[in-house]
Amino acid sequence: MNKLNIQYFAVLRECAGQDNELLETSATTPAELYAELKLRHKFPEMATVKVAINDEFGDWQAQLQDGDSVVFIPPVAGG
Amino acid sequence: MIEFRISENSFEPETERGRIAEPSCGGYVSFEGWVRDCNEGQQVLRLEYQAYEALALKEGRRIMAEASKRFPIANACCIHRVGELEIGDLAVWVGVSAGHRDEAFKACRYIIDEIKHRVPVWKKEHYASGDSGWVNCEACANHANDQPA
Repeated sequence: MNKLNIQYFAVLRECAGQDNELLETSATTPAELYAELKLRHKFPEMATVKVAINDEFGDWQAQLQDGDSVVFIPPVAGG
Repeated sequence: MIEFRISENSFEPETERGRIAEPSCGGYVSFEGWVRDCNEGQQVLRLEYQAYEALALKEGRRIMAEASKRFPIANACCIHRVGELEIGDLAVWVGVSAGHRDEAFKACRYIIDEIKHRVPVWKKEHYASGDSGWVNCEACANHANDQPA
């Protein structure tokens, strides 16, 4: 089990009802973690979601390490 | 000077312009993105910008570095607001100075286009109807998800 720090932004923050959470999970990749959180927080279907691990863009199949900070990035809309 | 910042407070473009000017530059191009009162047929009352600041700063600075590598410019600065904004407020500002106008135009265009597509900043619109929504998000609710199921 990994203990992860998840930060939420935008629509995902509203779904989760919190800015961040410490989560103990058996998910070993961002893909597994997203599936778990999507189910629990009822995230909407979105065209493109990216993932950041420890404040850098990451891969959906990366191996998560204990203590990692993970952010899922819904479609951006700056400018 | 090549700079990208995120600001919780309003700022004066004129002040930033002064920091970009230098004697070797014959051209200066700036872009201001303002809060518009309508979007996709809905009347917008106000906006809220949110940023994933740690990564937004990294990605923003990468974009600025790319622009200065691609185009022979002297100075470039981009500032993106976060927080609550009203109609007409300045949401994003880009300024570029260069020896000649052509590279200043091109670099400014490159920066604002890349910022809009790549920097993790989100915009929530509050509508006259009482509804609100995260731009680019609910609209794509029925499309396929690009990440593994």
